[in-house]
Amino acid sequence: MAEKNMVEAIHDAMFEEMKRDDRIIVMGEDVGEGGVFRATDGFVAEFGEERCMDTPLAESCIVGAAIGASLNGIIPIAEIQFADFSHPAFDQLVSEAARLHYRSNGTWSCPIVVRTPYGSGIHGGPYHSQSIEAFYAHVPGLKVICVASPYDAKGLLKSAIRDPNPVVFLEHKKAYRAFRQEIPDGDYTIPIGQAETKREGSDISLITYGMMTHHSLKAAETLEQEDGTSVEVIDLRTVSPWDKERVLGSVKKTGKALIVYEDNITGGFGAEVAATIAQDAFDYLDGPVTRVASPDVPISPYSGILEEYILPNPEKIAEAIRKLAAY
Amino acid sequence: MVSVKEITGAEGLSRDQLLDLYYKMLLARTVGQRERMLNRMGKGPFAVTGEGHEALQVGTAYPLKPGHDWIVPYYRDIGVALTIGQTPLDLLLAHLSREGDISSGGRNMPSHFSDPRLHIVSGSAPVATHFPHAAGIALASKLRGLDELSVCYTGDGGTSTGDCHEAMNFAGVHKLPVIFVIENNQYAISVHVRKQFAVEDISIRAEGYGFPGVTVDGNDVLAVYAAMKEAVDRARRGDGATLIEGKTYRLVPHTSDDDDRRYRSREEVEEWTGKDPLVRYRNWLKENDVADEAKLDSLHEHAAREVDEATEQAEKAPTPKPESALDHVLIEERLAG
Ligand SMILES: Cc1ncc(C[n+]2csc(CCOP(=O)(O)OP(=O)(O)O)c2C)c(N)n1
Ligand SMILES: [Mg+2]
Repeated sequence: MAEKNMVEAIHDAMFEEMKRDDRIIVMGEDVGEGGVFRATDGFVAEFGEERCMDTPLAESCIVGAAIGASLNGIIPIAEIQFADFSHPAFDQLVSEAARLHYRSNGTWSCPIVVRTPYGSGIHGGPYHSQSIEAFYAHVPGLKVICVASPYDAKGLLKSAIRDPNPVVFLEHKKAYRAFRQEIPDGDYTIPIGQAETKREGSDISLITYGMMTHHSLKAAETLEQEDGTSVEVIDLRTVSPWDKERVLGSVKKTGKALIVYEDNITGGFGAEVAATIAQDAFDYLDGPVTRVASPDVPISPYSGILEEYILPNPEKIAEAIRKLAAY
Repeated sequence: MVSVKEITGAEGLSRDQLLDLYYKMLLARTVGQRERMLNRMGKGPFAVTGEGHEALQVGTAYPLKPGHDWIVPYYRDIGVALTIGQTPLDLLLAHLSREGDISSGGRNMPSHFSDPRLHIVSGSAPVATHFPHAAGIALASKLRGLDELSVCYTGDGGTSTGDCHEAMNFAGVHKLPVIFVIENNQYAISVHVRKQFAVEDISIRAEGYGFPGVTVDGNDVLAVYAAMKEAVDRARRGDGATLIEGKTYRLVPHTSDDDDRRYRSREEVEEWTGKDPLVRYRNWLKENDVADEAKLDSLHEHAAREVDEATEQAEKAPTPKPESALDHVLIEERLAG
């Protein structure tokens, strides 16, 4: 066991996978020098420039060329420097990667991973803060993962690299160096599509993912101590496919569901979770399916004061828990 | 019979190869016409074909190694698909979206050619998104030390996209074994090429990417073949990419949903009909004593028969099972019905 932060965990996952399988390459902007978040630090020394390739500044081509390479025996990990700059590659992800297997009647496949840092809380302003998971969770043919802890990041990234489908791998950038965690030394994977109950509870099911998992755990702690309310916190970890079974099982047990996500409230991924609970656990509900998310303004303004005002935080989550608990 | 060596301009092709070229062009023409006819008969909801482009398509596909080199075509490339090895039946099954359609099992529109065994890569409808794929495939060939090359096709309109630029730039930087073929038929649906780019020959863009570009008469199959052969040799030598622009004209509307009388004068269409690449090549074959009238007629009959038989077979083929619409969203997973 060794203590690692999330960037180190991500670094190690790729490093170990590239050692294991020489079909795997990394491509993206500045990855040769280690990447702006240092996820590929030392890769060129170990694997050479061909397997850790600096690309021109052209996101559509980064993803598009990765798709092409994947058709010809390479397993590319494409790094998009910030999720906010993945939009030029939207077409490649939605029209190409996601549809290739389907449109060819299962005869072509596209084993790529597109890694990108996402999320706010780091004074990134409106172009270094966006949550993009809902765009891609909406698209059949892609898998979408959101990680915000070192252990999950390593295990899920390994699964993503080994998955034969295109995977969008979203790394919450505030979690990159915010905390360290014990990580097993050997190889391990976490199945894509499996949520984890990060805290057991009996009064309310709180469903969340990404950085909001940490805020939610804090809020749950507060409620336990101050109100004696027992909150179960489920981290989805994967938003497509997502672990409906675990979520519904928990809601059927507690009778109350609070969904917390960082993205804009309208059409955010939590809306899908809420709709599913409303439909499939209706008979068990003992209060309104409730969401805490960001208001519908571009996420996020640069000023710390404005950003804090917009984003969900432990206090806002605690307040929502109290309201829901009162039913 | 004259020996081929004596035929000037035959580009080193044997008599059989010269006739094979003609046959492939005929087949492409016949399949295109057939698809448009089936559409008018109400049997296939949509047709997009390439009549007029045959010299450019067959001439560029001919120097390639089928199933070895990679083809990343666009929707007009019936002649490319047939030259590489798809059959009229393959294309007609796709046209009628039958179960056995190798390209997509009835999921994609017709003329979205795909066949992994032939290294023909499935494409989408957004124009030129396949350009980075061709670059990526060629990158993989290079990384893996394979003696393959990739060929990517689009029209004059496709050259205006960001992906076209991004992919050519990428191919230039990495000196990739890829050939970009532009089928410049002077229109992107109704938009004239003068509104598409401000240069006469789009091939000059190649210089900006650091590899050679060439413009050829796209209705002269042997000129096309020669230009392609040179590009293929360059790629195989490891000397990188080439941009080939063929100037041509589509002799039919953009698709079965288009009425080209709105934007093209009949005189203009007439003029280009006079430059029909099939007629031109047929005359060349006769003038150079490669084949006589009777031999060429027999090839026409043969192509017609082949396409008739394929049509009959395709029409009899079963339609896809409705529930197959849920298959192949992700590998090894099927959505619950
Ligand atoms: C990104 C995108 N925009 C618009 C269209 C609609 N569209 C289909 S074909 C076409 C014209 C393409 O012209 P060109 O590239 O010259 O090829 P041609 O059809 O002439 O062979 C257009 C506008 C599309 N398929 N994709
Ligand atoms: Mg055109």
